[in-house]
Amino acid sequence: MSRRTRTAIFLPALAGFAALLLWAYVGLPDFGHYKGPYGFVLDRVATPERHTTNVVNATTYDYRGFDTLGEEFILFGAVTGVVLLLRAGGGGREEDVDDTAGSDLVRVFGVLGVSAVVLVGLWLVAFGFVTPGGGFQGGVALASGVVLLYLASSYRAWFGVGNQTVLDPVEGFGAGAYVVVGLAALVAGMPFLKNLLGPGIPGTLWSGGSAPFVNWAAGLEVAAANLILYSEFLQEYVVPLARRQA
Amino acid sequence: MSFLPYGVAAWICLLGLYGIVTSRNLIHLALCLTVTQSSTYVLLLAVGYVAGGGPPIFKGVKLGTTAVDPVVQALTLTDIVVSVTVIALILALALDVHKQAGTVDPDAIAEMSG
Repeated sequence: MSRRTRTAIFLPALAGFAALLLWAYVGLPDFGHYKGPYGFVLDRVATPERHTTNVVNATTYDYRGFDTLGEEFILFGAVTGVVLLLRAGGGGREEDVDDTAGSDLVRVFGVLGVSAVVLVGLWLVAFGFVTPGGGFQGGVALASGVVLLYLASSYRAWFGVGNQTVLDPVEGFGAGAYVVVGLAALVAGMPFLKNLLGPGIPGTLWSGGSAPFVNWAAGLEVAAANLILYSEFLQEYVVPLARRQA
Repeated sequence: MSFLPYGVAAWICLLGLYGIVTSRNLIHLALCLTVTQSSTYVLLLAVGYVAGGGPPIFKGVKLGTTAVDPVVQALTLTDIVVSVTVIALILALALDVHKQAGTVDPDAIAEMSG
């Protein structure tokens, strides 16, 4: 099919879809007039019940924790797919590639940036139940901090962390730990992923019962999954570079 | 004005779809898919917004203060994670296509196989 025919068929279809979409949106409550009830109920109930001040995180890892388990395995599955597509068998010597950042300024501030961003990532995960943050957000920040190593230093520096021997077990542990916390409730004779432990003190690290463990599991899984993605795509770039240099 | 965010969501969705259909580059196509998916973030957050409501975080805020819906925010989080993983998978496929076919133009690939 030529581009012209395809566009000619597509445009009327798009117009029809636009009309349906707008029709549907007009039936929604006016912007700012959310009807509830679930959001309002959670806003009232989560803090007294679970002692967590971040209700979004309480929803993600506690009230809707089973759903997030599925989501975590979407991430796990997609990363496995990328690895299957890109991971070439038989290691070259790509970790010996010479691409050290030339500027001292980039190196010094980059390496300072690594520690700062990793710290922010850990803080986002740890205080996920208190202030804005959580396992997913913190995990992504952690991964960005680690990949800064490559940008600020060299592939060799990054390869110390960014290799499958380190990352694969961490990702597996994160994904598995989520399920283990869920199973722990089953073993205790309660429904899967039921919140165990006391709810703790609101506004502190010790709040949310067993949900913070789930949060940490997700944080590890997300950080490692992102790092695996970075390492696979970086390898695609570095392997030809190493070949040219050799 | 009360439907403006919904209109924005529809516009982003349609624009992304147009980009997908008319794309000449698989990487551009993947980004257009992300644009389409972004419309769902706007829609979800718009649906859960309460006029005058604060964030659903009660650290230093009195309990019972009007806050927006936390459920749609948690769903948006899910949405973003799925979007990122899907784009990674598509980009990996695009890399593979480039290795096999030497091009990332969807039309050129279709001609080669047909």
